[in-house]
Amino acid sequence: MAMLRGRGYASVNYPTGMNLGGDPSQALIHATTTGTFVISLSSVDLGQGIKTITAQCAAETLGLPIENVLVDTADTDTGPHCMGTFASRGTHRVGNAVIMAAAEARGVMLEVAAEELEVDAGDLETDGTGYIRLKGSKEKSIHITDLALAAHFKHGRTISGRGIFLKEPSAPVPETGEMDPDSCQAHACTAAVVEVDDETGVVEVLELYNAYEIGRALNPAMATQQVEGGAWMGLSHALFETVEPYYPSRDHGPRDFGEYLMPGPADIPVQHSLILERPAASGPYGAKGIGEMTANAPIPAIANAIFDACGVRLEAMPFTPERVLRGLDALRADTATQDAGPA
Amino acid sequence: MTYRLAAIDKSSFAAEREDDFTVIGSVVRRSDALGHVTGRTEFFEDVAPPGLAHLKMHRSARHHARIAGVDLTEALAVPGVLKILTHADIPNNLYTPLKLIGVGPDDEPILAVDKVRYLGEPICAVVAVTEAAALEGAARVKVTYEDLPAVFDVEEALAEGAPLVNEYHGQNHFIYEGHHCRRIRFGDVEKAFAEADHVFEWRYQSAPIEQAPVETTGCVVIPQADGRLRIHSDTQACFFTLDNTALILETPFNKLRIVGGTVGGGFGGKVDVVVEPVACVAAMMTDRPVKFVYNRYEEMQVSSPRAAERIYIKDAVMDDGRIIGRKVTLYVDSGAYARHTPYGTTKAAAHLPGPYSIPNVWADCHCVFTNRTPSSAMRGFGVTIGDFALESQMDRIARALDMDPLRLRLLNAYRDGDLKAHRKVAEGTALVEVIQKAAEMSGHELPEAYRRMSSLTREGL
Amino acid sequence: MPSQIVSLVVNGEPREFIAAPGMTLLAGLRESLGLTAAKRGCGQGTCGSCTVLVEGQARAACLVAVETVAGLSVSTLEGVATGGELDAVQSSFVDNFATQCGFCTAGMIMVTEALLDRDPDPSEEDVAEAISGNVCRCTGYQPIVIAILDAARRRREERASR
Repeated sequence: MAMLRGRGYASVNYPTGMNLGGDPSQALIHATTTGTFVISLSSVDLGQGIKTITAQCAAETLGLPIENVLVDTADTDTGPHCMGTFASRGTHRVGNAVIMAAAEARGVMLEVAAEELEVDAGDLETDGTGYIRLKGSKEKSIHITDLALAAHFKHGRTISGRGIFLKEPSAPVPETGEMDPDSCQAHACTAAVVEVDDETGVVEVLELYNAYEIGRALNPAMATQQVEGGAWMGLSHALFETVEPYYPSRDHGPRDFGEYLMPGPADIPVQHSLILERPAASGPYGAKGIGEMTANAPIPAIANAIFDACGVRLEAMPFTPERVLRGLDALRADTATQDAGPA
Repeated sequence: MTYRLAAIDKSSFAAEREDDFTVIGSVVRRSDALGHVTGRTEFFEDVAPPGLAHLKMHRSARHHARIAGVDLTEALAVPGVLKILTHADIPNNLYTPLKLIGVGPDDEPILAVDKVRYLGEPICAVVAVTEAAALEGAARVKVTYEDLPAVFDVEEALAEGAPLVNEYHGQNHFIYEGHHCRRIRFGDVEKAFAEADHVFEWRYQSAPIEQAPVETTGCVVIPQADGRLRIHSDTQACFFTLDNTALILETPFNKLRIVGGTVGGGFGGKVDVVVEPVACVAAMMTDRPVKFVYNRYEEMQVSSPRAAERIYIKDAVMDDGRIIGRKVTLYVDSGAYARHTPYGTTKAAAHLPGPYSIPNVWADCHCVFTNRTPSSAMRGFGVTIGDFALESQMDRIARALDMDPLRLRLLNAYRDGDLKAHRKVAEGTALVEVIQKAAEMSGHELPEAYRRMSSLTREGL
Repeated sequence: MPSQIVSLVVNGEPREFIAAPGMTLLAGLRESLGLTAAKRGCGQGTCGSCTVLVEGQARAACLVAVETVAGLSVSTLEGVATGGELDAVQSSFVDNFATQCGFCTAGMIMVTEALLDRDPDPSEEDVAEAISGNVCRCTGYQPIVIAILDAARRRREERASR
């Protein structure tokens, strides 16, 4: 009886946005009297971080510090329409809508600043610290707070903007499946190192090497959360998860976390993650959707590593000890038959 | 700070990137973290209006049966039970998930009418002043059944003479514009099989998977001063929930208001709009706030999982590793109702034949009805299980040809300008580069010619 | 069995409320006292999101009948920060990006408080063991383990500088 080590690979791509498009999201943005920009949305944060990412997109577009941006989301009385958080669409769709809204607001902001500073709006720039200034000049500048006050009380201007992103719907051709399903594709490749206990059938994933191409990591720490949490879910799917362990039989379905197993903190592999960025033409600052892709490559990489380790080809998920042992038994039976020679 | 940060490679597509950003690309603290670590973040179930009533479901104890009778007498006698809703109380007793985008038919009652089609299907909703009374009431509902033959296997469900699962469809599969499945037809696979040095065919299977967010699906509905309903929900899609709920309630859309957006994990499990409509009816009929939240058992066994899939892949392969044809037959187990599975099956078809340029592709992707919990969206909808099959297939081909599995992939990887099987020209591809980097990271040596390959060009192939 | 008045010391303050028979500590905290940081993830003691400290010991509040802890001291996440200042565990969770959806966070932090109270210098294995009853579906646990080890270090440094 032995611990058998193996290594397996898988490479995948993943579409951004609802399949076939037709999934709009909107954003509204306005400045308060003192220069805070409020983004109104109806988008949902499931933990992926859209409240933070949209603030970053707005701050970058406005040219203001992120402290000047608030996100108010997910009240259908106050936020404009969003299709929802799914299909790796949130950052892409809502990010684009926010950028469009913020660009419009920035235009008004610069127009009012031009009037206040008595210069041409085209000669103005933002410095990222809260000032709008004449390009190349230190003296001719105005802080966003003073500017917003002036816009409200002196110029009667609303510093605001509207944004929407829609990938126009496409219908598949029924005969051939010709269609335009996605806005862009993200990519990933996993190398998994596993150890198989040939006595118990237990598989342990020791290391995951993951390379992800995600367009642009808008917030590298949050991108890391997504890819590493996703890889964990892939590992969990591979080795543990199902609500019907003897599918298609409906028996033995788990009812709680005591029966529905997932790898705990002592079962996790070392993750080596690398992010590549090939900015997407359609993406907000080049970003692609990554929420879903990250769970996918580890599953086949682990299946292939198990084969590499012990010669068992698992054609059914999850790769439970029972399935590994049955596979090992079948291999042993084959060997025994061969050893016995032709009957 | 010691936070984990994946390394970022800026060399691979250096010519296509700009880096003069101030906020984009920098590590900004999560704006929701402070609320999370202090416990001040408000999730839907943290809303506790006075007079809150609780809703619990009485569910089918059979996989497939005619309902012969429902006896509410004992349940209504439980102290604290306010109301028991049946199908007759739901104004439009059919879920409408794809109605607004014109995909039909509507095929799933909110509360069962004369038949149940899966174990756990809701039959009646008990509303009570306490959770305990609602549970007690739900347990005391008595349903008598006449069992019907059930079918659980996707291929058995499509066979002649199989029990009919869902009369709204009239057959055990979804119809795609006159076709029995979603098709991909690109090139001529049969010719490829005839010309190939090798033909490999294997079968793959998955079982349903639970999204398992730590917060279960639910909502709290609160009648408002102006006669509207405010719905605190953990839906993944506020307006989608609002629109579908209004269609079921047959009320004007602006009678409803959804408040949400802070959700304890979703992973696709919170897009089906299953709790809000019945909770709204209960709130309207009792004129009180009502909470309907799944317990963990319901989340595991009744809420829609990731579909089980069965996939057959047959490949035409040349001695040098080029894949010249790929034929895929996919069966997606939709369970008793469609939910979003017809959409997911089309998404699965769009994903084929994986991230490779294969000149001849044929796919039949079936959305099949069986007598199990309806499946629906989950992280990687339509793609995750396909990737398991496709990438296992790639490994087996490499081993059969005695080839390096990464070189096989690099040889077949799609590049910019390639025509995909769904006839869209690929752009922004980067499969070659992620394979090269994963090889580098894991110490897998590639020959110079493979290290020099690029997604931008087919040179060197 | 009639309802009864239960007295507890919650986050250092004496609190009283009427408890129906069989009421759980989780229901008492959330529904009677409005302390909603502890979450109901399963109601079966299998997810850890409702973890609170009873006399300093981490307990799944959904499994504790409220009358069994009458007169005892209960700590919840609401009581961890003092005077608006995050404690070392809280700030470490923020800085280390150890939260995503946030639903498991209260339980994770309370388990950590109990761990660090009994062992100020836990190993990575000790941390994994301590949070093994707490389910997180988002992070893959690694950021949480790192945050807890970092919190232990911060707390040791705080104590050393005092």
